[in-house]
Amino acid sequence: MKTLKIEELSKNFGSTEVLKKINLEIDEGNFLVLLGPSGCGKSTLLNIIAGLETINEGDVFIDDYNVSKVEPKDRNIAMVFQSYALYPSMNVKENMIFGLKQAKTSKEKIQEQLEKVSKFLQVDQLLERKPSQLSGGQRQRVAIGRALVREPRIFLFDEPLSNLDAKLRVEMRREIKKLHQQLKTTVVYVTHDQTEAMSLGTNIAIMNHGVIQQNDTPEKIYNKPSNTFVADFIGSPSMNLIKGILKENSGDLLFTVGGSNLEIPIRDYDFKDKLNLNNKEVFFGIRPEHIFFKKFNESDFEINLRADLSEYIGHEQIMTFDYANQEVLAKFPSTIKIDLGKETKLYFDLTQASLFDAQTEERI
Amino acid sequence: MFKWLEKNLPKIVMAPAVGLIGWFVYGFVLWTLYISFTNSKILPKYELWGFGQYEKLWASRKWLIAVDNLLIFTALFLIFCVVIGIILAIFLDQKIRAEGLLRTIYLYPMALSFIVTGTAWKWILNPTLGIQKMFRDWGFEDFTFDWLVDREMAIYTIVIAGVWQSAGFVMALFLAGLRSVEDEIVKAAKIDGASLFTVYWKILLPMMRPVFFTSFVILVHISIKSYDLIVALTQGGPGISTTMPALYMTQTAFHKSQVGLSAASAMMMFMAVAAVIIPYLYSELRRENAR
Amino acid sequence: MQGNLKSSSYQQLEQKSKYTNMFLRWFLYFILIVFASYFIFPLYVMVVTSLKTMEEIRQGTLLSWPNGLNLESWAVAWGGRGYGAGDTFLRPYFWNSIKMVVPAVFFSTFIGAMTGYVLTKWRFKGDQWVFLFLLFGCFIPFQAILLPMARTLGVLGISNSVIGLVLVHTVYGIPFTTLFFRNYYISVPTELVKAARIDGAGFFKIFFKILLPISAPIIVVTVIWQFTQIWNDFLFGSTFSFGEAAPIQVALNNMVLSSTSVKEYNVDMASAIIAGIPTLIVYVLAGKYFIRGLTSGAVKG
Ligand SMILES: Nc1ncnc2c1ncn2[C@@H]1O[C@H](COP(=O)(O)OP(=O)(O)O)[C@@H](O)[C@H]1O
Ligand SMILES: [Mg+2]
Repeated sequence: MKTLKIEELSKNFGSTEVLKKINLEIDEGNFLVLLGPSGCGKSTLLNIIAGLETINEGDVFIDDYNVSKVEPKDRNIAMVFQSYALYPSMNVKENMIFGLKQAKTSKEKIQEQLEKVSKFLQVDQLLERKPSQLSGGQRQRVAIGRALVREPRIFLFDEPLSNLDAKLRVEMRREIKKLHQQLKTTVVYVTHDQTEAMSLGTNIAIMNHGVIQQNDTPEKIYNKPSNTFVADFIGSPSMNLIKGILKENSGDLLFTVGGSNLEIPIRDYDFKDKLNLNNKEVFFGIRPEHIFFKKFNESDFEINLRADLSEYIGHEQIMTFDYANQEVLAKFPSTIKIDLGKETKLYFDLTQASLFDAQTEERI
Repeated sequence: MFKWLEKNLPKIVMAPAVGLIGWFVYGFVLWTLYISFTNSKILPKYELWGFGQYEKLWASRKWLIAVDNLLIFTALFLIFCVVIGIILAIFLDQKIRAEGLLRTIYLYPMALSFIVTGTAWKWILNPTLGIQKMFRDWGFEDFTFDWLVDREMAIYTIVIAGVWQSAGFVMALFLAGLRSVEDEIVKAAKIDGASLFTVYWKILLPMMRPVFFTSFVILVHISIKSYDLIVALTQGGPGISTTMPALYMTQTAFHKSQVGLSAASAMMMFMAVAAVIIPYLYSELRRENAR
Repeated sequence: MQGNLKSSSYQQLEQKSKYTNMFLRWFLYFILIVFASYFIFPLYVMVVTSLKTMEEIRQGTLLSWPNGLNLESWAVAWGGRGYGAGDTFLRPYFWNSIKMVVPAVFFSTFIGAMTGYVLTKWRFKGDQWVFLFLLFGCFIPFQAILLPMARTLGVLGISNSVIGLVLVHTVYGIPFTTLFFRNYYISVPTELVKAARIDGAGFFKIFFKILLPISAPIIVVTVIWQFTQIWNDFLFGSTFSFGEAAPIQVALNNMVLSSTSVKEYNVDMASAIIAGIPTLIVYVLAGKYFIRGLTSGAVKG
């Protein structure tokens, strides 16, 4: 049984298609992050799961039951919003128990839940205050508390941290993580922030233009991006994508760039499909953090590139190198001195490299 | 000289507005205030006469009727405009098909003058050929609707026409207010299982407090100043039963030539408006400064 | 709200919400249409009555449809019957209103624009007080200035004239026009003006070259507001003018009240429509701006 399952879901607003044939599954207790640039349809998908938006095609299942036409309140979910969406005319206590009251829960039960949750979230001192008298972080806690008291089957979060300042965001992120570890409730969490996604999710589904690009564990997303969009979206600075051609040369496969004699051997790469690799136009992908200034692993590949630019960012520096007129970025400790304008010896960790078809932009 | 001119140009450009308002508003109000303390009849006199005009005013039966009418009218006008305005705003907020058209229909009376409104309603409400006749012709032989010529009831015809004219405006204010509420609040309430009624009653309407306040101020203001509608609909009649302060003031000044007395009544109106407006302006300015 | 719901209870929930929703929708539309009828009713009655003969009016009801497109009462309302004394009709007063509205709207809008410009872009110490000083003019009940105004117009020799009314409407429009322009210009970035000043542009150049070109929306709002207010005014018109110089609202009221002959309701209704048509047209064509003016300048009665 899947706690949440989405099948062939499509949604359009008028003539604009916002979601296209989405398929998604979540197991009990997992933390799924929907990650993507803003406007890609994340909120719409979350609203559909909550029952706040209608569906054009496809279905939503909760515990294997099709809830596509069930009212939000009956779906056994709770939601935390970006703007917190606290009711301004009610105090904290009233905000938190509003849902229970609507569900005609007994007074004792309401009181019990309120005490438990407000202690847990450390808002028990604030119960009589109005939302306007709370700080951003406190509002966030109350919003989470309002969701918690209902003991839902699934928690839905829509960018809950993006209205907080940077420091508070990191704090609250940790708290949400702890919360999930303690409660083990299934979570669907929307964000456009990759750090948030990486640190929170047990699974990440990357969306773009209403399509799920990849749905995997954070490690897989990072190490084995399934297309150039994912490769480019994750990581900062993002993965270097060098355009070139694969050449077969007496049994060896080489990555070459036209008009240059730079060559990278492709040896232990885990191809999806080994056929027709010769003369294929590809992107060779390697993350800046997998380019080194000295040999770390035996298998590291040595190459000489000209250093063009150095950006100092404190504990690290981002170096830009020239690879046959394409830019390649590398991340080094800032203590390393590299002369600009000169050829420098670099080492690529080829076990971490990715190859993408230049036409389809899919991983090969 | 040229330098001075250039430096003070902005103030010079503003001078006409400030001068005109200073003279025609503040100067004139003070003049009226002064005259209200004199025994002026057809021409203004300038010897002070104390509070005599105010005593006369509050002893006048017609003025007391006018004040009475004003209270009745204001109360009913407020209640009906706000209730109808809110109902229409909430209903129009439900993703209605013909929203634009309906909104246009509800609001168009606001574009008409009270004289036009009054003329139309006078015709509709007149007993011989209007609504009363319509119902009788339809077979309700005993149907009677002659408020317009009934001393006791005539004031309510003014309420009917006034509400007709202004309710759409309250609707527009509330609709704008409701539309400015964050979507997510309504979504949160839906997930919390609130019925549509609860969403509005417990969550959205309490958020509309500033809109209530604004509507209150505007409607009270309209009702204190209401003059045209009465002139067009009843001329203060039958008898003097629908007199209101604004009508009293002009009649006393220009028909009865009791300039001092009418100045006193004008000052009473002025104070009533000030009592509503000054707190309003104060809170508005505070809100603006808080931003 | 705990644990899993059974499928059967989900099904019941689906059914229930479907029927409640359907019922609510019908109820909603019903109420909306009832109110729409209440609001439309007088306009409908005015139009059909104006197209009937007096005979039809006496025989039919308010709602009954006219026998034909009888425009005679419109012609009478607009141009009279053609005999001399006692024949009042709207045409001359309509033009009076036009002659009054056009300059009054122009002057008050222009003065308001300049004042709003100074108050936001050439700020000086105490400018907020000046604004408050002007703003209060929006709220005074005009009864408090009626007596001295009548005397002033007399002294200036322009009582009972269109010019007098132009003056009155210009002056008492200034607080509103200033309010509109001030609130609009305050959201225009002051950097724009600063940059222009660094480039050497002067007071008037900045106004005409930078602010005026972006002021179209607020000019429309202001002009519509002032036009509606002045066109619909009755208090000033009836107090400061009579006979020949009266604006249309006053003439309409006189026509309807004149008890000389038999009441001609059809002519009355045609007159009322004629007096209301200019503002109605503006409302239908530029409703958006009309409402914006209303909500920001509404405090006036
Ligand atoms: N109610 C709506 N009507 C029309 N378009 C909408 C509506 N809601 C969202 N959209 C459009 O759908 C797209 C996806 O929106 P959303 O799901 O909010 O994106 P995200 O949350 O990923 O930023 C956007 O292009 C947005 O403009
Ligand atoms: Mg979003």
